[in-house]
Amino acid sequence: MIIEHIDAQLPGAITDRHAFRGDQTIVVPKASFLDLVDLLHREGFQLLVDITAVDWPERPESQDVGRFDVVYHWLNLASQERLRVKVAVADGEAMPTLTGRFKTADWFEREVFDLFGIRFEGHPNMKRLLTWDDFPGHALRKDFPLDGGDPFCMEGCTAPYNNGERA
Amino acid sequence: MESIAMTRQQLDGDHMIVNLGPSHPTTHGTLRIILELEGETILKATPEIGYLHRGVEKLGENLSFQQFIPLTDRLNYCSSIMNNVGYACAVEKLLGIEIPKRAQQIRVLVSELARVADHIVCVGVNAVDIGAFTAFLYLFKQRETVYDLFEMAAGQRLHTSFTRIGGLFRDIPEGFVPLTERFLVECEAAIDECERLLTRNPIWHDRTKGIGAIGPEDAVNWGYTGPCLRAAGVPQDLRKAQPYLGYETYDFDIPVGTTGDVFDRYLVRVEEMRQSLRIIRQVLDRLEPGPVCVEDPKISLPPKEKVYTRMESLIHHFKLIMHGMEMPVGEVYSATEAANGELGFYIVSDGGKNPYRIRVRPPCLPIFSSFHDQVKGTLIADAVAVLGAMNIIAGELDR
Repeated sequence: MIIEHIDAQLPGAITDRHAFRGDQTIVVPKASFLDLVDLLHREGFQLLVDITAVDWPERPESQDVGRFDVVYHWLNLASQERLRVKVAVADGEAMPTLTGRFKTADWFEREVFDLFGIRFEGHPNMKRLLTWDDFPGHALRKDFPLDGGDPFCMEGCTAPYNNGERA
Repeated sequence: MESIAMTRQQLDGDHMIVNLGPSHPTTHGTLRIILELEGETILKATPEIGYLHRGVEKLGENLSFQQFIPLTDRLNYCSSIMNNVGYACAVEKLLGIEIPKRAQQIRVLVSELARVADHIVCVGVNAVDIGAFTAFLYLFKQRETVYDLFEMAAGQRLHTSFTRIGGLFRDIPEGFVPLTERFLVECEAAIDECERLLTRNPIWHDRTKGIGAIGPEDAVNWGYTGPCLRAAGVPQDLRKAQPYLGYETYDFDIPVGTTGDVFDRYLVRVEEMRQSLRIIRQVLDRLEPGPVCVEDPKISLPPKEKVYTRMESLIHHFKLIMHGMEMPVGEVYSATEAANGELGFYIVSDGGKNPYRIRVRPPCLPIFSSFHDQVKGTLIADAVAVLGAMNIIAGELDR
């Protein structure tokens, strides 16, 4: 349903799509993401259920495929339709924030920044949510050690703090 | 630390900083809220979370699909069985399997018992925080009964780990059904007693009406789900809207509030308890005999006595424990209506033994993120009332 609307109104925006077990998923490039969000909001997808990310360190970095997938889940309360939107970003690349349109994006984006190190441009308070400001590294990256490494920096920290800047 | 230091610099002498938590009786868990006050009026409330962060999602990437179940107990520990059910449903969706009828019915039965227990904690403790101790005592007796029932079924009161991928750990024992029937009668009476103590109580009205009010558009924009969203007037309940486990075959109503304030949230929760009892009664009436787990040796473990006596069962057991299930490659998001709202599990599978990525979408994180908006301009005592009515459970908030 909604995917046909997107195809009609933003032709060529969807670069990949699949429907596994009934979950509609679309992949869009970062450039057309905000237009898509506008369209979704107009079409009634007003509950932003979740924002998260998936780390694919093995994936070859090319022009449109970065290391991370930022994954958004939307729900249309009127039609009960769900839509998953994925945007690929490279390490160090920032996503545009959705806090202006969805207040719930505030903490979800902070959590993604905290655990993956993906920044959100224009976010009013881009600080870590679950771990503390000085925490070395980003815990849900695949190269972060399972035992937590040396989070209290007992042996002198070499890991970057908050992408290079100390809090 | 920096956030307080900065505010302190900006203070002109009239404002005061008060820490609510991380260890405070009304925060029920380790939440910290930094309140900036002028007199007793809240100017700014900055929640600081993460005190209970233990990396559940990271751990999940390094555990097999079955091994993750005990970690789901520790999300919303007031109603752990519902998390077990929500997670098992997500993996079953990924596998594309249907579980036996009896397993579905028992899952509905224990989920609704857990919903009653969770709402009892929320309503009872909210009342205690505001100063009404008696209702709490009447209700908590019933909560004990629910936990006794869980102990009968799963062997544990809180950390139940009752579900398995493809069904349940075991069938409910003999004597469970009559005790549940007795519980239905007693709980109904206890809810009546609680309502007599609170619903028309003028002090309760003064403390809860108009406090934390939120409109439907704002509630949706903040990502509210569950009782808090319904109290704001949006009739969204996944059990009706996107039925799972055969909820469409049960007869129950969705209570909806009008103002979204603490009082409406209380009323919605009380009515939901009654509706849950209604569902439990229907489950007990139609409970049919049969297996409680799919009989697929590639998914569920064979019964122990067969493992010890038959070669094939021993091989199945060994293969499942050592190599895990054969998972399809793909990603699913599966949501169930937990006591607090939409509990979602987003699982990415690369076909391996462990999930490639597992994401828990906790219902109370978006709700708690609106805390500043909810309490701005009110008194500290109101902040405590709002916090209780939001039903923040640190286990699922911080993961």
